[in-house]
Amino acid sequence: MAVLNEEQTMIRDGAKSWVQEKSPVTAFRKVRDSGNPDGFDRAAWKEMAEMGWAGILIPEEFGGTGLGYLTLGLVLEETGRTLTASPLISTALTATTALLLAGSDAQKQKYLPAIAEGKLIATLAVDEGPHHHPEKIALAGSASGGKVKLNGKKTFVLDGGTADLVIVAARTSGKPGDKGGITLVLVDGKASGLSREVLKTVDSRGYANLTFKDVEGDVLGAVDQGAGVLEATLDRARIGLTAEMLGQAMQSFDITLEYLKTREQFGQKIGTFQALQHRAAKMFTDLELARSCVEGALQAIDRDANDVAQLASLAKAKVGDLVHLVSNEMVQMHGGIGMTDAHDAGLYLKRARAQEATFGGSSYHRDRYATLLGY
Amino acid sequence: MSAAASADTDLEAFRLEARKWLEENFPKSLVGKAGMMMSEDGGPANAEDYGKWKKAMGEKGWGTPTWPKQYGAGGLSTAQARVLQQEMAKIGAWNPIGGMGVMMFGPTLLEYGSEEQKKKHVPGIVKGEVWWCQGYSEPGAGSDLASLRTQCIDKGDHWLVNGQKIWTSGAQYADWCFALVRTDNTKKHEGISFLLIDMKSPGVEVRPIKLISGNSPFCETFFTDVKVPKENLMGPLNGGWTIGKRLLQFERQGLSGGIGGGGLNRGGEARTLDQVAKAYVGANDNGQVADADLRMRITNHMMDARAFMLTVQRAMSEAKGNAGPSATTSIMKNAGSRIGQERAELLVEVMGHQGLGWEGGGFTQAELDTVRGWLGGKATTIYGGSQEIQNNIIAKRILGLLDHQ
Repeated sequence: MAVLNEEQTMIRDGAKSWVQEKSPVTAFRKVRDSGNPDGFDRAAWKEMAEMGWAGILIPEEFGGTGLGYLTLGLVLEETGRTLTASPLISTALTATTALLLAGSDAQKQKYLPAIAEGKLIATLAVDEGPHHHPEKIALAGSASGGKVKLNGKKTFVLDGGTADLVIVAARTSGKPGDKGGITLVLVDGKASGLSREVLKTVDSRGYANLTFKDVEGDVLGAVDQGAGVLEATLDRARIGLTAEMLGQAMQSFDITLEYLKTREQFGQKIGTFQALQHRAAKMFTDLELARSCVEGALQAIDRDANDVAQLASLAKAKVGDLVHLVSNEMVQMHGGIGMTDAHDAGLYLKRARAQEATFGGSSYHRDRYATLLGY
Repeated sequence: MSAAASADTDLEAFRLEARKWLEENFPKSLVGKAGMMMSEDGGPANAEDYGKWKKAMGEKGWGTPTWPKQYGAGGLSTAQARVLQQEMAKIGAWNPIGGMGVMMFGPTLLEYGSEEQKKKHVPGIVKGEVWWCQGYSEPGAGSDLASLRTQCIDKGDHWLVNGQKIWTSGAQYADWCFALVRTDNTKKHEGISFLLIDMKSPGVEVRPIKLISGNSPFCETFFTDVKVPKENLMGPLNGGWTIGKRLLQFERQGLSGGIGGGGLNRGGEARTLDQVAKAYVGANDNGQVADADLRMRITNHMMDARAFMLTVQRAMSEAKGNAGPSATTSIMKNAGSRIGQERAELLVEVMGHQGLGWEGGGFTQAELDTVRGWLGGKATTIYGGSQEIQNNIIAKRILGLLDHQ
């Protein structure tokens, strides 16, 4: 665990107790079973915003606290523990980062205070197929006079069904695969020509496919120059997401370890079997290594280090592998009970796979890491 | 002046003192040559300047900076020792006082030895004059160390020792051996004592063991009717296991420190793996390592190595930040040794047949060193508590899983 200051410790402890009292896994289960198409509990999100979580990245002048990424990571780690689905990732982390990196003062003034108050849900729309490939963006945009007209499709947009503001990465020149020619566009959720198809996915979070037919939006940043901001935004989103994944992996591991200490077979606690002990030791080792990647990456953003991109790919790949392993072991070590819907193991398994795919899977990030290092 | 400000002033005064002394005593010819002065088999080399430098540091006591002054050691505070290290690093100076006496036996002796034992043995370690070796493992007692059988019988005015130790590192150069011996056959852990044996005693025989790497860093040591003075028992009779385990903690600290300090790079190849791969395998038009499968496996390794270095940094800042006892160190030995071995395996694979030379022409020195480093590195998951024993320790002590009944 990174060394925290007093404020960070307070926020972490506050998040820990709020999550346990107000948002245990049973709360997520309730959202899932209610068929709530939002994919999260609006009352819980209101409470989270009241505690200041929606504005952790937002500077004080725009109504937030400006405490930075490590602090937001501490909260995400706690919400990850109980699978709490909320707009923290889409809005407080990803969309907020894009607005902070590229927004004009007027745009910041328009959106950030509303985000900090929990009144505006915002998201970033990047992917256009089953896999994350920001370099292959094709959705067409024609820019003129600060406005962009959009035509095309975005897939698996997180909180895409509920977002009041969609930040769309569009191609305004060149062809898919070109480095340049990307423009970020601010689109109102109620804009004419925008249609949303809410998706039901295994992890019961709110994703939607969005179709754009002559949808008009405002340029965020500069026309054709959005690729750099997009990449920087995605890296911060990837790193923030790994904090949530780490918390979730910790919780899966804790639950599994508890089971090893209580379940009896052959007249023994199954945790006395060395075959299981060594698998538990491996998971613990991987958890410790992964925590170093997550915290190292969060701290690198906060001090504006020049290797944030490398650390983002490192963390996303290592933590992706971690949740993959730990979620599988959770089901396997619980045996039959882990296969039942009544047990939480399945919820952790399904959430893990969705997070692994979000913002690029482990193999995408291994390839990117090698490319960033020049081989 | 506040107490803190006064301490700062004192520390700055010490810095100037250390700087001046180092300038006067550290031979310029030894700048940056820390590793080269120790022969590969662990024995001290005898270059003239090295001898001078060792003598100066030994007499000053700064090779063991924080040990007590009354035994000739530095007697420095931790803060002063850090300043000394900074000043040494600035001019490329390094500590010539080392070995098992400093790393493992000395700290244990200071904790458990009698006053007479400390007076007799600490100064030799401090000066780097007395070389110690470790008499722990036996042919029948490896991971299950407590099953050791070397007999130590009370003969009234002396102990009589009979038995065989193995993997005694540097025994061929050692003056003394700290050994675990059996003083009670009816109990396992509670029948073990900690004994100090003079390697020049009649009946001690040392045979170096040739390893798969071709080197002989370890020996077999035989004890046949070796007489040991009564005062060489350290700690209580049959109380050696506790002392022996404490010493192993010092050993593991030292091992993971070595790994953290660049021990991932064994052998003679200083370049990063991707650079070596491009040199031996070539690159495609995009500048990528030509073999896609190899490129991904290299990346897996480089990510692991980066994660490990980040963990070393995290453990250090946690230790400084008083964040409470950290579980991080328990994973260091297994993670570090595994990652180091994976690098060595990949290097050999990347070099192809050039990575399989044993000696002589046709191979560069870096290639030959890579091969020896790869083979020698296999020991890292065996010594100091094997990988499996470390996993047992994590499972039991950290995770709280119980023993099988």
